Formats: sequence, C-alpha cells, structure tokens
Amino acid sequence: MSRRPYVRAVRRTWWLRQPRYVVYMIRELTSLFIGLYSAWLVIGLVRLAQGRTAWEAFLAATSSPPAVLFQLVCLAFAAYHSITWFAVTPKAMPLRLKDEPVSGKIIVGGHYAAWALVSLVVLIAAGV
Amino acid sequence: MARSNKPILWLPFAAGGLVAALVMPVLILITGLLVPLGVLHLPYDRMAAVAHNPIGKLMLFGILALPAWHAAHRLRMTAHDLGLGRGFAVKVACYGSAVVLIVAAAAALLAV
Repeated sequence: MSRRPYVRAVRRTWWLRQPRYVVYMIRELTSLFIGLYSAWLVIGLVRLAQGRTAWEAFLAATSSPPAVLFQLVCLAFAAYHSITWFAVTPKAMPLRLKDEPVSGKIIVGGHYAAWALVSLVVLIAAGV
Repeated sequence: MARSNKPILWLPFAAGGLVAALVMPVLILITGLLVPLGVLHLPYDRMAAVAHNPIGKLMLFGILALPAWHAAHRLRMTAHDLGLGRGFAVKVACYGSAVVLIVAAAAALLAV
C-alpha cells in the first residue's frame, strides 16, 4: 500500500444525481427511524420495569399528538423497510430445494406470509 | 489470512433487518395508532406478565436489541456514504447509542 493513498473526494450530494440513488438513500434513511422507534420501545420497557404508574404515564406519552405524529412517520419508513427488505430476499438468501433453485416469488411470498402471521400474533398478544 | 470481525457485525445486522421488517410495523401500529385511538389498552398486568416470563424476556430483548444494532450498523454505513467523518467518531456515535439502548433494555428486563 502506498504511504499516501489517494482518497477520492466524495461530494455529499452525489446521491441527488440520479433518481435510483435517491431511492437508495431513502432506503438507508429508514434505519434512522428504525433506530429512533427502537429507542422509544426501550423507553417503554424501562417505564414498564418501573411499575404501574410509570407504565401508565408511558401510555399517555405515546398517545400524545407529537408522539403519534413521530410514530406515523416511523410507520411509513418501517413499512418501506419491510417491503424493500422482502424484495431483495431472493438475491440475499437464494434457496435451493432438491438441487432446484426456489422461485423468487415463493421466497418473497413466504416473507409476506410470515409478516402477516407475525403481525396477527402480536395483535392478538396485545389484546385485539 | 487475517481473521475478520465482520461476521460479528454482520449476523446481528441481518437478523435485525429481518426482525425489524417483521415486527416493527405492527408494533408502531399498536403504540402509535391503536393505543392513542383507544382500540387497545395494553394493561399493566398483561404487559408485566410478558416481561416476567423468561420466553417473553428473550423475545422482547430480541425485538429491541437486534433492530437497534441493525440501525446502528446501517447508519454508520450511510454516514460513510455521505462523507460524514471517517472512522472512530462515527463508530462510537452509532454503535455507542445502540449499546446504550441494548444495555438499558437488558437492565429493564432483569429488573422487571
């Protein structure tokens, strides 16, 4: 390796040049909202551990208009994450069954089925 | 060949992406819409029972820790893509906040 490696300058706006780069950046941005909502859930868990009063205060906080607005934004990004994550699964984890490649439609469809099942189980567990 | 620490970063990243894809939307739907609308109430006793149960603890930990790690890893890569800093500071900011969340979740699950 050379002692002064050449580092090509990257313009911070490179991703605005092409629509497909912008879509890529939106996809990457979903992780920010996944992280923020994880933090909100951890706060909820900490409040649950603190007892009944703290938990009820968390439920009131999560129902406040700013929290609802924040979570609706998170929901949009989370759903976009799910859809795009499932869309690449045939490429990310191709399956073979009896030496035959499994069709991408089946892999993606399986993920959607799992998504529906998990959502249903969580809703039932939450008391729907 | 030098050993790489990449799998240690990668495995929870991929698992976190899948967990986030499968459970995050419905969880946000619950805490961000169904509870505020009064459709669901998430009573303390029911939620505390889940957090007391060993399997419940494990599931809650996975649901919280894996997506947090996924987000941290991906944000680090995105910061790199955007040419924001290089190296240590970004790593500390991303993985550090994930570690804080994961430790807080583990502590709450042990204390509950």
